[in-house]
Amino acid sequence: MKSFPTPQDTTLGVIQPDSVSVAEHGEAFDFNHLLEHLYDSRTIEYPGGHWDIPPFPPVEVGGLTVDLSVTKHVFFLLVAAFLLTVTAVYASRKIRKNPVPSGFANVIEVFVVFIRDEIVLTTMGPAGLRYIPFILTTFLYILIMNLLGLVPFGASATGNISVTAGLALVAFIMIQVAAIRAQGFSHYLAHFTGGVAWWLWPIMIPIEILGIFTKAFALCMRLFANMSGGHIVILALLGFIFLAQSILFAPIPVAFVLAINLLELLVAFIQAYVFAMLTALFMGLGIPQGHGEHSH
Amino acid sequence: MESIAYAYLAAGFGAGLVILGAGYGIGKLASAAMEASGRQPEGAGAIRTSMIIAAALIEGATFFALAICILLALK
Repeated sequence: MKSFPTPQDTTLGVIQPDSVSVAEHGEAFDFNHLLEHLYDSRTIEYPGGHWDIPPFPPVEVGGLTVDLSVTKHVFFLLVAAFLLTVTAVYASRKIRKNPVPSGFANVIEVFVVFIRDEIVLTTMGPAGLRYIPFILTTFLYILIMNLLGLVPFGASATGNISVTAGLALVAFIMIQVAAIRAQGFSHYLAHFTGGVAWWLWPIMIPIEILGIFTKAFALCMRLFANMSGGHIVILALLGFIFLAQSILFAPIPVAFVLAINLLELLVAFIQAYVFAMLTALFMGLGIPQGHGEHSH
Repeated sequence: MESIAYAYLAAGFGAGLVILGAGYGIGKLASAAMEASGRQPEGAGAIRTSMIIAAALIEGATFFALAICILLALK
């Protein structure tokens, strides 16, 4: 991601250095130091210090030099995957042992039943039952990644557009796979003509092809913008403290930040739900629903 | 320098306009959904689901516009 222009780069920087430099400390406050928490880095912070992840040697792929080093977001991506595996395996073992779950397994079962009844069955019908594992994994994975951003010293990997682009790419592939499986390949191709007269095809086919890509692109942008937007708001509110340079002023932004944090908790769940819901909905659009109506 | 100033101005105004439109749209959507589920409480679940889908689609279009504003501000 491109970084914000520093005040030194342009006279119209995010914050003019003069307006925040304080005589007491003698050093200017740079808003970019706060914003650095948003960006990907090679440092994992923990209470009382930080750990620099050792970079991997660059890999040559067909003449291109690719840097596959683990960064902060990749680290939390892996943490989320690990947590997801552990919780899901633990819950399913427990439920297999005792079909009436209690405690933690019960919480996971609530999510599973919710995904099945409220998301998959309402959007895809009985034909969608085979896609429950995919939708469930998508939901829980995004949820855990979102929530990791709210943990102190954590980072939300979904606040990185490459991560959401990857998730959207998987969703895009699954949407096409569901449509091809349900309709057959020739029907799937015929769908691009939209059922209009042949002389309209030059207009219709590009629009339909664009349509399948915008769905995935919107999924990608929505998750990224929601997750990083909340962080930017929190950092902007905290920035007011440094602008005012007074400890007496600090409780006001902190109260606002607390409220935004609670909102973030809500957004973490809603965005995971929306991503899973829309993926299921787009997959459902490609699956004939049986009552003769071909929905678009 | 002048043109950079205009770009920042445009980004700010653009973000404001985007939020006006999106807020109005989602507000109307929510009010209609509330009325509908008040009239038919048994259908509240289905209404809420379709409300969230429509809100998410409006939001998606909003983010396209906001992405343009961010590009203006960062270029």
